[in-house]
Amino acid sequence: MIKGTVLINSETCKGCELCIVACPQDSLSLSQKINLRGYRYVELSQDNCTGCTNCAIVCPDAVITVYRQSKQNYKKAV
Amino acid sequence: MPEEMLIDEMQCVYQKPGTLTDEYMHYCPGCGHAVAHKILMEVVEEMGLQEDIIGVAPVGCSVFAYNYMNIDMQEAAHGRASAVATGIKRVRPDKFVFSYQGDGDLAAIGTAETIHTINRGENILIVFINNGIYGMTGGQMAPTSLFGQKTSTSPYGRDVAHNGYPLKITELIAHLPGAYYVTRQAVHTPNTVRKFKKALNNAFEYQKLNKGTCFIEVVSNCPSGWKMTPKETLTYIEEKMLPEYPLGDIKVPTQNKN
Repeated sequence: MIKGTVLINSETCKGCELCIVACPQDSLSLSQKINLRGYRYVELSQDNCTGCTNCAIVCPDAVITVYRQSKQNYKKAV
Repeated sequence: MPEEMLIDEMQCVYQKPGTLTDEYMHYCPGCGHAVAHKILMEVVEEMGLQEDIIGVAPVGCSVFAYNYMNIDMQEAAHGRASAVATGIKRVRPDKFVFSYQGDGDLAAIGTAETIHTINRGENILIVFINNGIYGMTGGQMAPTSLFGQKTSTSPYGRDVAHNGYPLKITELIAHLPGAYYVTRQAVHTPNTVRKFKKALNNAFEYQKLNKGTCFIEVVSNCPSGWKMTPKETLTYIEEKMLPEYPLGDIKVPTQNKN
């Protein structure tokens, strides 16, 4: 499976959990920590992200940046 | 493997559009307004319109839209965004013009301006965010509120005998000959957001043709006004909003009809 990962800007996350609902792999969860504005922010809790960008598309505050393995790299690894 | 090294081998497939400013959005957590802003700005960036587009911000929750969109923006008086957009488009016909309005702005106080703008067939795009409530003023009943919806001015639920029917302004204006492209989209799941993006793309393409007004209604949520968590609003949209406001194209240009 193609691997991906997400970078989350924890300071602008408002913890609305829309990305957690949208994630087909259940990779995201709410952190126990809070950010400077007092919201519990989202973090990548499992290493099964495929870089499908669903979480980033529904994120209202555009805090998620998605990275995905390129197809060439994927073929090399396989 | 350190995270930086892992990311070096990967391609960035999604990031915040450059046409959004770094300003922290004042919207409540999970608000559909912010998603609509982001997708609108993504389309502007992908079509390379940043220098050639003028937006009109309404009064309502999205009154500060000009702080977040890094394009030329104009604030309008309450309900008059489409009239202001008309003026801008007539003075600068070479620019793309859109107005971004909520349901209190477009369907309540600005009904006359909206209907007459579309009746004149002005070449603008109107983005209409429908969340069925007055969000900014504290969750009062809007013309688009559903039957039985509890709001702060209808505490026993909206009653048809007393408050009338939910106003389906999108169906209403689709009958006007000046309307060129009328569609209803939503922003609550990844799929609907992708469709909304396609609709915006179409609308800007149609604006180049100078054929008439494009109108996109976006069924959105209001976690604070509906007194729900953002997660609960998703099921509320699916179960209550969408049967009343079905998604899809209501009027498409005839050459594209298949």
